[in-house]
Amino acid sequence: MPSYVISEKCDGCKGLDKTACMYICPNNLMVLDKEKMKAYNQEPNYCWECYCCVKLCPQQAMDVRGYADFMPLGAASTPLRGSEDIMWTITYRDGRVKRFKYPTRTTPEASIKALEGFPEANPADLANPLLLGEPDIMGVKELPTQKK
Amino acid sequence: MKEFTTEVVETDILVLGGGMSGCGAVVEAAYWAKPLGLKVTMVDKAAIDRSGPVAMGLSAINTYMGLDGKVTQNPRMPERFVEYVTNDQMGLVRQDLVYDVARHVDSSVKLFEKWGLPIWKDEDDNYVKSGEWQVMISGESYKILVAEAAKSAIADLGDKGELLERIYITHLLKDEKESNRVCGAVGFSVREDKFYVFKAKVVYCALGGAVHVFRPRSQAEGFGRSWMPPFVNGSTYALILQSGGELTQMDNTFVPPRFKDSYGPVGAFFLLFKTPATDAYGGSYVDGYPTQLEAWAPYSKAKPCPTPMRNYEMILTKQEGKAPFFMRTDLVAERIRKETPDAKKMKKKLKEFENEAWEDFLDMTITGATNWAAHNIDPLEKPMELQMSEPVFIGSHACSSGAWVCGPEDLMPAEYKDSFPAHYNCMTTVMGLFTAGCGVGACAHKFSSGSHAQGRIVGKEMVRFVYEQKDYKPTISDDTTNRLKEEVYRPLALYEEKSGYTVTGDVNPNYISPHNFLFRVQKIMGEYCGGWETLYGTSDKMLEEGIWKLGFCGEDMDKIGAKNIHELLRTWEATHRYWVGEACARTRLARKESRFPGYYYKHDYLNLDENQREFVNMKYDLDKKEWQVVRRPMISII
Ligand SMILES: Cc1cc2nc3c(=O)[nH]c(=O)nc-3n(C[C@H](O)[C@H](O)[C@H](O)COP(=O)(O)OP(=O)(O)OC[C@H]3O[C@@H](n4cnc5c(N)ncnc54)[C@H](O)[C@@H]3O)c2cc1C
Ligand code: SF4
Ligand code: SF4
Repeated sequence: MPSYVISEKCDGCKGLDKTACMYICPNNLMVLDKEKMKAYNQEPNYCWECYCCVKLCPQQAMDVRGYADFMPLGAASTPLRGSEDIMWTITYRDGRVKRFKYPTRTTPEASIKALEGFPEANPADLANPLLLGEPDIMGVKELPTQKK
Repeated sequence: MKEFTTEVVETDILVLGGGMSGCGAVVEAAYWAKPLGLKVTMVDKAAIDRSGPVAMGLSAINTYMGLDGKVTQNPRMPERFVEYVTNDQMGLVRQDLVYDVARHVDSSVKLFEKWGLPIWKDEDDNYVKSGEWQVMISGESYKILVAEAAKSAIADLGDKGELLERIYITHLLKDEKESNRVCGAVGFSVREDKFYVFKAKVVYCALGGAVHVFRPRSQAEGFGRSWMPPFVNGSTYALILQSGGELTQMDNTFVPPRFKDSYGPVGAFFLLFKTPATDAYGGSYVDGYPTQLEAWAPYSKAKPCPTPMRNYEMILTKQEGKAPFFMRTDLVAERIRKETPDAKKMKKKLKEFENEAWEDFLDMTITGATNWAAHNIDPLEKPMELQMSEPVFIGSHACSSGAWVCGPEDLMPAEYKDSFPAHYNCMTTVMGLFTAGCGVGACAHKFSSGSHAQGRIVGKEMVRFVYEQKDYKPTISDDTTNRLKEEVYRPLALYEEKSGYTVTGDVNPNYISPHNFLFRVQKIMGEYCGGWETLYGTSDKMLEEGIWKLGFCGEDMDKIGAKNIHELLRTWEATHRYWVGEACARTRLARKESRFPGYYYKHDYLNLDENQREFVNMKYDLDKKEWQVVRRPMISII
């Protein structure tokens, strides 16, 4: 499946400026039922199981149940995403458990300034093919070309 | 029907799509636009933090040269890359475009590292290359980083930078004074009751590739678990086609051989872990059919073996009754045990392999990990099944579908120059309409990094375009935009007007749902045009029948009823997919050979014909409602 929302845990992101799962789903699947203040996946058969919603939900109210078409019941992959790494707990159908941890980024969240540290662009350079930081950033002296 | 307000946005540079290439484009466009005071507007149907195929993350950057020499394997030059891509695509690529990506791609990868992407390093602090061109990453947050950089560049422009999310683009706007020129786009908000009209001096259409044109293998709850994410729906190709632009190689769909049902990456398994893949009897299907493959020489003899040939070997194996196939992870564990007699070291090595194998999945295809666990499979002990998926359109992968675009000035063969109204890198055959990434045809193997780099090439080029075309102003009448607004919301009006006729509204003689429309297109594509249903085989007669039936889909596009805005989104996605399907079927009909046999083959022309080593391009005339085939020569530059 598709992602699902655990009724007891979801608080509809009421303390936040936006509903996290609804904001992030790349396929526009999550909707908030404003009366119940609970979110749900409106079209489970269009879900990619990308876990974007699961990783972002502040209440850990979301999980995924393997697609009924081909997955036996009972297994789960559960993420816990921090600011620089992600922890995974894999639960097998037969009860075995595996844990993994992987890095996600080496810089603080929201710290990227893409254009900082580069000299201001000069419109006269529009005619050449060199892009931001090139060629130095690639560790070469000039851009390769095909000698005609 | 409720009221939808119209929001008009005027801008200089309109970037449609905030995927890998769109995010590259805005960084570069913002940099060059800033001193000129130009405005840059970016639009996406999703939140760019997690949009497109990289939403879930990736575990490898598939294109990197290593021009600085700091890699575990030999650095590779653009020439070697061009040769490799040409062979992989059976002799048909735009070498000028491929070369251009190769010479710029490293700079995007260096930027990713600077922004915080964890790239694997060896003991000497060099990038770990897993194959000739791949570097391994811990890429769970790859898209978040790339989007953060794009947002920072937009923010740098102050009130001249703008990001609008959750807007689905339905049409491009043609200039009303200059017939072969675009000047904007329209779309609707999927969250608010708002219709958007964008007027711009230049338009970048990089809305990704297309899946779900052919029927996916899982069709119930797993319908969405196609290899390629279901939110990649072919708008790039459909919109360029409808604007009169020329598409190339729309027959060349990629068929990914992947882990059955759950899919997931195979690159690291083959290249890094050197995992053997076997048929059901433990035999290697690779190089198993030298006589049959003779007909595809010289490409079938190229090293590495071209993707369409490797797939074809799987097809032949299947026809011999030797399926299923397996990725023999168990044999890797066996090899490690044999090669490492020291018990402690062996344990460490096995642990490393296990850790890396699972990361490969968890960083980019979590379903694959769950599928192992659900079947009680420990990859160190038991192999997983491999299977070929549904055909997809992904011009940045081992696939060539996309627009026919202008190449860089120093590399483009003179023979191509006449196809374009002006010479700007990656501009389509329509003035002011650019694309990149999955949108650029005959330029395979860009992948995430090459798409970003190509986006940057275009970002700069669009600034040059606006700078040089100083006096240009878009001409578009309110009549046109009002007509389009009516057309965009028509599915809602139709549903509202007619749904009361039947008790539930779901089955109604006056309209069909977007899902059912899509299903009809998929059924035709799958059964007539070379889907998995026929083991990727088709023929002229099957294609003719398929195209005839697709024609009815074309007519029924006006009869889709949408219950709400979400279904309106599905409606427009489905119609864009229909356009992609028809372009594909017509290109397959026009190509009288089986050049890419593992992607699709024609029973009536089961051979390679080097006299047809040419690009088969497709155009559509919206006024006359006519398709046109254009053939362009293959010119090598290396
Ligand atoms: C399953 C899979 C695995 C891959 N693995 C790797 C890998 O391991 N390494 C690697 O380097 N590359 C990999 N790739 C390739 C990589 O993902 C692509 O090359 C890259 O994403 C292409 O970028 P793009 O900008 O062309 O398209 P996309 O990234 O698809 O971006 C398209 C954008 O357009 C938006 N959009 C689409 N339609 C509309 C519309 N009508 N209106 C508004 N917005 C719209 C989407 O939301 C999205 O943000 C993989 C691809 C897939 C599918
Ligand atoms: S993000 Fe979590 S808590 Fe917030 S609405 Fe969604 S499921 Fe509920
Ligand atoms: S798993 Fe992905 S596709 Fe499915 S609902 Fe969550 S964010 Fe959307």
